[in-house]
Amino acid sequence: MADLSVNIGNLGLKNPVMTASGTFGYGLEFADFVDLNRLGGIIVKGTTLEPRQGNAYPRMAETAHGMLNCVGLQNKGVDYFCEHIYPEVRKMDTAILVNVSGNSPESYAECARRIAALDDIPAIELNISCPNVKQGGMAFGVTCEGAASVVRAVRAVYPKTLIVKLSPNVTSIADIARAVEAEGADAVSLINTLMGMAIDAEKRCPVLSIGTGGLSGPAVKPVALRMVWQVYDAVKIPIVGLGGIMNATDAVEFMLAGATAVEIGTANFIDPSVTMKVIDGIEDYLQRHNFASVRDLVGAAH
Amino acid sequence: MLPGQFVEVRVDGSSETFLRRPISINMLDRSTNELWLLVHTVGAGTRALAQLKEGAVVNVVLPLGNGFTLPENNLQNDNSDGGRYLLVGGGVGTAPLLYLGKELAARGSRPVFLLGGRSAGDLLQLDDFRQYGDVYLTTEDGSAGERGFVTQHSLWQQSGGYARICTCGPKPMMVAVARLAREKEISCEASLENLMACGLGACLCCVEDTTEGHVCVCKDGPVFNIDKLKW
Repeated sequence: MADLSVNIGNLGLKNPVMTASGTFGYGLEFADFVDLNRLGGIIVKGTTLEPRQGNAYPRMAETAHGMLNCVGLQNKGVDYFCEHIYPEVRKMDTAILVNVSGNSPESYAECARRIAALDDIPAIELNISCPNVKQGGMAFGVTCEGAASVVRAVRAVYPKTLIVKLSPNVTSIADIARAVEAEGADAVSLINTLMGMAIDAEKRCPVLSIGTGGLSGPAVKPVALRMVWQVYDAVKIPIVGLGGIMNATDAVEFMLAGATAVEIGTANFIDPSVTMKVIDGIEDYLQRHNFASVRDLVGAAH
Repeated sequence: MLPGQFVEVRVDGSSETFLRRPISINMLDRSTNELWLLVHTVGAGTRALAQLKEGAVVNVVLPLGNGFTLPENNLQNDNSDGGRYLLVGGGVGTAPLLYLGKELAARGSRPVFLLGGRSAGDLLQLDDFRQYGDVYLTTEDGSAGERGFVTQHSLWQQSGGYARICTCGPKPMMVAVARLAREKEISCEASLENLMACGLGACLCCVEDTTEGHVCVCKDGPVFNIDKLKW
């Protein structure tokens, strides 16, 4: 049987399949459908220093081969996570990562510092790319200086594996990736959602409460794949690829483009057990093509 | 499976349809191993579902959500004015009330159904409803039952209360029913149908703004006591 394990910086994963933040809750919501311990990792819901109510309803619109959302980082805050969620999720035998968001470099850093104290959280994913919040979020992720400022502040207080989630809503994602690499990021994950909108022709108004939202699902996959390809050529740190992965073939394509690991997001809504099928499918692919390790796929299409 | 819970149906064969469709459980019969879904054709997804042929296999996640509150004690023969449930439905929102009526009847309580539609053709499954309780109707055009909305039915003028009101239908109708329930000081539960994606409480898309903040209709609902809603 082929070796499925991969490393993201110092973080070892039993296989390259993780779940994307905001699409899998804290994992426990999917316990009826998935053997959570089989996952490479779970990236839990975006967490901020203070609790956030998120945006008003409606927060979702179905689109061709995808969906828009403008949830706006609804969460109960980092302290609630540490006290109430962490004791539950730490029991799982998979890597639990926390997606960290903020509205200033200081708030990102303070949130990361509190999570650093949790022994069984080996890594964070720094979200500098949420398109659905007024302050912070994507504002930091669309300039090299903004991205660097957040990574610098967090790197100073966070010694474990630091993954930075990049926004596709930029002219050159490779430049942003280089900027965060220079500040000491251990890895980058890409892409967050593409900013879009939906309009109700009958009511003549936007569908989403804040007008715009983030597009996800198979509609964005070609864009995501291209960006992983470009970032692979631009940086030396590992890449976590995501964006519209619906099956094992999609996941393999991201790895061939340069991703060391992948995240499954919106597909969890269509098939809550999709992650298991992706792991099985990758294993099957490796066997069919006589690969000894899944690591042999990384960047192999270049 | 509880009345008021719902399923998420995957829609195959429609390229326009990406997400599953949340549909309430219309009827469950364990003796025949049947589960009914009442599908109102409104868009591409429900159109594709409506075109399924007998014998087709559908991919369904179930049961989801919480369900209506059933009486704690068996209400055998307690069909006094104060002991009955009033089930108020509008349009396709009548669907979960049929299964709820069946479960109430099984507990010895004959519910009162008050069902409304635009016209007689919108009022479905009336023979099924009559098996389990007393049925009162309204239509906006007067083609069946009393003319008007469910909240204008003469039933509301009668003295005597109900143990609980359960309602499902268009939001304006449920808001009006909730107002009447408050006036009459009757406990009331409403089943919401906010737009959903995951159905499992993970994506936080279907939230309702409640007295406890934004909560997921799919997991914390779809049935809410109106005291929790900001209506």
